[in-house]
Amino acid sequence: MFVASMAARVGLAVPADANRVLTVAADPNNLPFSNDREEGFENKLARLFARELHLELRTIWQSQRRGFFSDTLGSDRCDVVMGVPAGFKQCLTTAPYYRSTFVFVSREVDQLNINSFDDPTLRRVKIGVNTTGDGQMTPPANALIERGLSQNLVSFSLYGDIRRQNPLAEIIRAVSDKKVDVAVAWGPLAGYFAAGESPPLKVTPIAVSSDSILPLSFAICVGVRKGEDLLRDDINRVLTTQQERIHQLLDDFHIPQLPLDDALHTQESGQ
Amino acid sequence: MECDYRTGDNKFTSGIFARSPKTGAARWFYQFSPHDLWDHDGINENVLLDLKLDGSDRKVLVQVQRNGYVYVVDRTNGEVLSATPFVRITSSKGVDLKTGQLIRNDEKKPQLGKVLRDVAPSSPGGKDWCPTAYSPRTGLLYIPHMTLVMDTEPLEVNYIAGTPYVGVESKFYADPVDPGDGSRGALTAWNPIEKKQAWRIKERFPVWSGAVATAGDVVFYGTMEGWFKAVDAKSGAELWKFKTSSGIIGQPVTYRGPDGKQYVAILSGVGGWAGKIVSQDLDRRDPTAGKGFVNAMKDLPQYTTKGGTLYVFALP
Repeated sequence: MFVASMAARVGLAVPADANRVLTVAADPNNLPFSNDREEGFENKLARLFARELHLELRTIWQSQRRGFFSDTLGSDRCDVVMGVPAGFKQCLTTAPYYRSTFVFVSREVDQLNINSFDDPTLRRVKIGVNTTGDGQMTPPANALIERGLSQNLVSFSLYGDIRRQNPLAEIIRAVSDKKVDVAVAWGPLAGYFAAGESPPLKVTPIAVSSDSILPLSFAICVGVRKGEDLLRDDINRVLTTQQERIHQLLDDFHIPQLPLDDALHTQESGQ
Repeated sequence: MECDYRTGDNKFTSGIFARSPKTGAARWFYQFSPHDLWDHDGINENVLLDLKLDGSDRKVLVQVQRNGYVYVVDRTNGEVLSATPFVRITSSKGVDLKTGQLIRNDEKKPQLGKVLRDVAPSSPGGKDWCPTAYSPRTGLLYIPHMTLVMDTEPLEVNYIAGTPYVGVESKFYADPVDPGDGSRGALTAWNPIEKKQAWRIKERFPVWSGAVATAGDVVFYGTMEGWFKAVDAKSGAELWKFKTSSGIIGQPVTYRGPDGKQYVAILSGVGGWAGKIVSQDLDRRDPTAGKGFVNAMKDLPQYTTKGGTLYVFALP
């Protein structure tokens, strides 16, 4: 790992060999992020990093549910996880490579035009929302409950049913199937699964209100093991040199993106 | 907040179901902590005793609860006869004996964006699942427990299945009021009839082992530093102790061997919620790791390493 980093720094072309391996931990059934056929954008990002760092890519597969981080990065079973939120404490994070937001998803034909939790339309519709269990809340679930809308909520567990393909698609499918009228979901999964649905679905980023205590947008970084500063630096370099390619990859996956503002770039994770 | 999603008492959590062993039909249910906000589960062991209370013989069930009270409940009908704090409590104001209802302290309610300090008992409780022992000779209940309080702060970022969310961070620490000397655990001898403490042995760390009381008036328990101790059941005076190779979170066992001798056994090997900083090599710089326990146990690695050894002692 160290040798490859030094070589890359001085611009040497170093062929990949069995000793220079980048091990990524990825979810085998979690599109749009990853699956075991490497169809997810995080799979493709991992391939990109391995190539740019002249490393052979290996993947260990694990569902990204409770215990994922301590079982993978935390147990030294991998070098990197492709997506972690900025400010995540369980690992060392790179600079963010995209920022996305929770979004409203509804059927185009219904013309609901909802972009805020304060929209009175929400009071008369069924709202799908992801929940985590474990005594924690997703920000949209919290925002809706605060506004007295718990009776309108239909809950979709983030743990999902991993016996089925693409468990995160369920909440979006529920909009198409009219099980709910609007869903509030995390941008990447909403953008990906809503695209190409027939009849068409509308994806609207949530307008941030000033009284929102919980963040609705999150910057996403690559995570490495704590102490792996050199690898973190190498990946940061790749994020910069491959910025356009990565941006295109995310667009291809219909991921709603917000500007990465400077405040985030200068924010080190403080670890 | 998550707790606002589940309004109401949240039956049938955090309580006891009594059922007929013949038919399975429910006889009564009592809920220790309705709409619990603190992870004060109602899963601690039930000690079944026949006690003389206020002049009459009562069949009771005694539970030393996460929420900090020693409950004495009529086990025939679920009536709460007494609920007495055995540690300092701020999360509630008492138990209404007319209704059995826990009176929550609304000043200690988690709210987003607000730091909440001095919530007592902390999440693992006045006592977690580590079992008490009762001696019919002394009439005392021997309670291995904690003296920890906690602060909660919202807004820790988490991530499941590629979706970010925020949750509450907790930090536990030694109760600065009672006992207020930095000790974080104790073995307390409690009189369930008089509803008060007979004696208490303070320990540096939470006492996460079980307790065993013998007919020879000896009480055994272990500490997270790895000391296996024998104390006098009446006075609490230390009679003997032995340093094992790792912190003790097991339950002492005593038995008569095939040779007719009495043996006492204890499994030593630190772990459990309180011991995660050692058993899982958690980062002591992150006080919220181990769901808040790391903050209270930063010094544990100085006192014990991992282990796993069964010790068996023979009485002479």
